[in-house]
Amino acid sequence: MRHILSLLMENESGALSRVAGLFSARAYNIESLTVAPTEDATLSRMTIVTRGSTDVIEQITKQLNKLIDVVKVQDLTDGSHIERELMLVKVRATGDQREEMKRLADIFRGRILDVSDKTYTIELTGPGSKLDAFLHAVEPSTILETVRTGASGIGRGDRIMKI
Amino acid sequence: MADLELTGAEIVVSCLRDEGVKHLFGYPGGAVLNIYDEIYKQHDFKHILVRHEQAAVHAADAYSRSTGEVGVAIVTSGPGATNAVTGIATAYMDSIPMVVISGQVPTPAIGQDAFQEVDMVGITRPCVKHNFLVRDVRDLAVTIKKAFYIAASGRPGPVVVDIPKDVTQHRCVYEYPKSVSMRSYNPTSKGHAGQIKKAAQMLLEAKRPMIYTGGGVILGNAAARVTELIRLLGYPTTSTLMGLGGYPSPDPLFLGMLGMHGTIEANMAMQHCDVLLAVGARFDDRVIGNPKHFAKEARRIIHIDVDPSSISKRVRVDIPIVGDVVQVLDEVIRLVQADSVKPDAEALNAWWAQIELWRAQDCLKYDRSASVIKPQFVIEKLYEVTQGDAYVTSDVGQHQMWAAQYYQFDKPRRWINSGGLGTMGFGLPAAMGVQMAHPEAMVACVTGEGSIQMNIQELSTCKEWNLPIKVVLLNNGYLGMVRQWQQFFYEERYAESYMNSLPDFVKLAEAYGHVGITIDKPEDVEPALRDAFGKYKDRLVFLNFLTDPRENVFPMIPAGKGLSEMILL
Repeated sequence: MRHILSLLMENESGALSRVAGLFSARAYNIESLTVAPTEDATLSRMTIVTRGSTDVIEQITKQLNKLIDVVKVQDLTDGSHIERELMLVKVRATGDQREEMKRLADIFRGRILDVSDKTYTIELTGPGSKLDAFLHAVEPSTILETVRTGASGIGRGDRIMKI
Repeated sequence: MADLELTGAEIVVSCLRDEGVKHLFGYPGGAVLNIYDEIYKQHDFKHILVRHEQAAVHAADAYSRSTGEVGVAIVTSGPGATNAVTGIATAYMDSIPMVVISGQVPTPAIGQDAFQEVDMVGITRPCVKHNFLVRDVRDLAVTIKKAFYIAASGRPGPVVVDIPKDVTQHRCVYEYPKSVSMRSYNPTSKGHAGQIKKAAQMLLEAKRPMIYTGGGVILGNAAARVTELIRLLGYPTTSTLMGLGGYPSPDPLFLGMLGMHGTIEANMAMQHCDVLLAVGARFDDRVIGNPKHFAKEARRIIHIDVDPSSISKRVRVDIPIVGDVVQVLDEVIRLVQADSVKPDAEALNAWWAQIELWRAQDCLKYDRSASVIKPQFVIEKLYEVTQGDAYVTSDVGQHQMWAAQYYQFDKPRRWINSGGLGTMGFGLPAAMGVQMAHPEAMVACVTGEGSIQMNIQELSTCKEWNLPIKVVLLNNGYLGMVRQWQQFFYEERYAESYMNSLPDFVKLAEAYGHVGITIDKPEDVEPALRDAFGKYKDRLVFLNFLTDPRENVFPMIPAGKGLSEMILL
């Protein structure tokens, strides 16, 4: 099962390496990991996408909680939540493809951020599956470069993670 | 006075004084010279100079194991720090509260591949409870306070404080915090009341109960509570290697140690019980073997532990209780006493009858008529001569298992060994730490000729401090446990497990200024031990027992097998 774990942690040097080290030392899987400071500069918020059985996710959660720098851990997939990921994709856009690529970007509500005579750089936001869908919709040979942030997640409505 | 500025080095020493540290084990070097200069000037604590940093950490670790206080070691940067890592990992695996101060190159030199630079925080991250790099002298006192607090609270463990040399020179006002609180670290101590109530009921309903205690009982100072509960219920009990002494071993309710080299009665009762109470134990691979095999028999499990991540890690449990063992057991005892339901005497009698049948197999028997010295016999005699009152440290291997099986520990904190990491070379420095903490006590280091050579240089430290440790070397000329596995599982291909060209241990002991005795006949075992603890009471005595080279540790559960799949003698 795919799980999205949200962490609040002390914004200390080395905190990220403790989390990354835990996952590699205990052979847990990381699909993606994003981290940035919150509105409180002493706290960082991290979103980890991982896969594992219920038992494994339980252990991951416990082990994360055990890290001294970690203030709070929440499994977003336990309740309703929103996840978003940002992708920048550079595609070949020449001749007929130029118009076609623009239309496709519009359909996916993408924005073209940079234009050259041969390329477009498109910004896309959404759940990971939507970004995957875009990449499948495009002729593979036209994709020159992709960069993705990994998922960030937040609970819906009154589900708030704060200290 | 309050405005007086101290250097970082003075602050380190002041913190240790204010923390009540009495003994510091260490080795100087460039990055910690400022700190050593302050150690030189003070009289609040003793510094014990070891001969290798690994030994400093093991000594501090065993100091803690035998006293319950936080052990403290200090090493320099680079190789000093890396030499300490094995000791730190040893303490981490056995959850020993310890603070290790390491020197670091000056802050501007960090990352420049400076002389004796190593990323200590990075290198120790997977084997510490937490670690700190102190970049600003103003953070130093509070960091050291946090280090002691983290090390000793919750599930204990080692904490490293890495201090760059320039920080030890910088100045600031010193104030040692009385306490610290951390929003990200609040260990649970009080168990869940509802869960405890369910646990007490489940215990009283048991037909085939079993109590399984681990190192958490020792670390949590819960031996008296565990003993009270076991006696109250009259239930059979076993202990892990780390928990020995938590309940008196000679008592009939005690079935002996369980696990890979546990007794038949302990392992079979563990496998076939219907209600299992696990206290401060973690169902590790050397204890239950294969978890799938363990799960074949249905039983309900109550698990008390201070660390939530130890619960339902290898074995699913029915009633998890997270909390301080003493606090939880107090409540369990109160509920059991108050309950009108009493243990089912008939079922319990039948269960005990079954256990006695297992016990009657006398799985720890060995050939007592042999003309060569049996290692088990040496441990039995050690127990007799010391009247069970010694602190026994050990290294790792066959001798460790024999010490665990045949020395009848009846008090906590007397059995000092590296259970989790299995660190050869632990025993002698550990004995130093114990003897420093308990100058009048009998301290025996049970070791093998492989292990003792991994930190034998510490005989020199022992001489400097006149530590009257008794080294009980079970010398069978083999890396015995390796040989045993090769005999059982590698068709007797003894790859590199025979140690020829061993030193003359008697001369070696004498060269270091100690007493050395070689014993090669069974009838000389007891007199030699009596001399060691009598005539040579105040000397370190190195007892070189030439033991049966073919002796094996029984029972044995092969790795990956289940509790009922023991190999017997």
